[in-house]
Amino acid sequence: MSTAERDETRETGQDEVRQIYDPVADTPLRYRRSPAEANPPLDYEPYKSTQLRHPKEPMLYLPHSITEITGPQLDRTLHLKPSDSDLTVQGQGEPVGQRITISGHVYDTEGKPLRDTLVEIWQANAAGRYDHRWDRWAAPLDPNFHGAGRCLTDAGGRFEFTTIRPGPYPWGNHYNAWRPAHVHFSLLGRAFTQRLVTQMYFPDDPFFPYDPIFNSVRDEQARQRMISTFNIHETRPNWAQAFNWDIYLRGPAATPFEEAL
Amino acid sequence: MIFEVTPAQTVGPYFAIGLPFEDGPLIVPEGTPGLIRIRGAVYDGRGEIIPDHLIEFWQPDAEGRFADIYGYGEQSTLPGFRGFGRCGYEDGDGTYEMVTVKPGRVPGADGKLQAPHIDVTLFARGMLNRVVTRIYFADETEANASDQVLSTVPAERRHTLLAQPTQDGYSFDIRLQGPGETVFFDI
Repeated sequence: MSTAERDETRETGQDEVRQIYDPVADTPLRYRRSPAEANPPLDYEPYKSTQLRHPKEPMLYLPHSITEITGPQLDRTLHLKPSDSDLTVQGQGEPVGQRITISGHVYDTEGKPLRDTLVEIWQANAAGRYDHRWDRWAAPLDPNFHGAGRCLTDAGGRFEFTTIRPGPYPWGNHYNAWRPAHVHFSLLGRAFTQRLVTQMYFPDDPFFPYDPIFNSVRDEQARQRMISTFNIHETRPNWAQAFNWDIYLRGPAATPFEEAL
Repeated sequence: MIFEVTPAQTVGPYFAIGLPFEDGPLIVPEGTPGLIRIRGAVYDGRGEIIPDHLIEFWQPDAEGRFADIYGYGEQSTLPGFRGFGRCGYEDGDGTYEMVTVKPGRVPGADGKLQAPHIDVTLFARGMLNRVVTRIYFADETEANASDQVLSTVPAERRHTLLAQPTQDGYSFDIRLQGPGETVFFDI
């Protein structure tokens, strides 16, 4: 390993040096299909609203063409500004709650970072209340917190948001149902195949065992990939706690054989 | 080393806080020559409308050129062409409307030209992952007849993928479950 590579390793805090895509030369022509247990099923009885909202016919296999391996760049459309990624400065004053940063990288399953890709988040406030007409839970709204953020990843695939730690909240799925605290994430990746909407959770949430949405991901290791980690080293003294969360989108299929599996 | 993907979770009922954006349904700017409007509604297994859904389109322009994030392939030169549309509302009535142009033909996985199509993603509360479908056009009889993907769809279900002509564009409804269930794709 050269000195430059060691420096890069130290700088990114990674065990290995990650490759940056050459966006044109390395465009994957097919994407790897995830094992079924890596994602939640659409038909999942414990989450009651899935009952009338899941297809019953089998999904038909779609071979990947140019429509599936390309994707949009919305930077010019959204005119992103720094305050879009800081949810604590979007109101007239400071929102109530514990200030946190959420940072991480967007990778594909080969570990290659995706640059310039859109990361969007939305969340409840510190009391677990969403600034949305249909959230009727009897917890206070915060006039200084709307709960939406956007940013693009940098050249190394990194994103960072400053926000307020969201509270858990009750919902009507079953008796005494509470959602673990979470932040909704939306990713466009670089290709239609990579589109992902998910939720980021916080370490050691006591509601994990009781939440059907979290547990709809049946594989224990896959569930762990939705949980952020606390990072004392990135925590800003007298200011904000830091959480890290890396996101892995589908990567290239290595061979036609693998793609067909 | 191969990493595993981050799992999907439902978009939930409150996505309108973060996802819709101004002009989101404008895949092309108003006034673009050849502009069409694609309208539709989304239904659940009881045939009832789903008001809290979020729908996205991805497509090439009429010349079959995309507006790709990293510039893959020949890029669209249509002014203001985004290729991407997003429609979802805090107070949705279950319908959507996208403003676009009819996509041109692009090669398929077999190298042959596909029929004009739009890739569609649908999210909603009660859906733990997105579903993916494709819009084809009912008035493209010849192109549709030779399309590699359409040929894999059972004949009696193909109509669920066909947008029907209207006065100023097309209509395309999505049925998540039950009679006339839309064909969804494993991508």
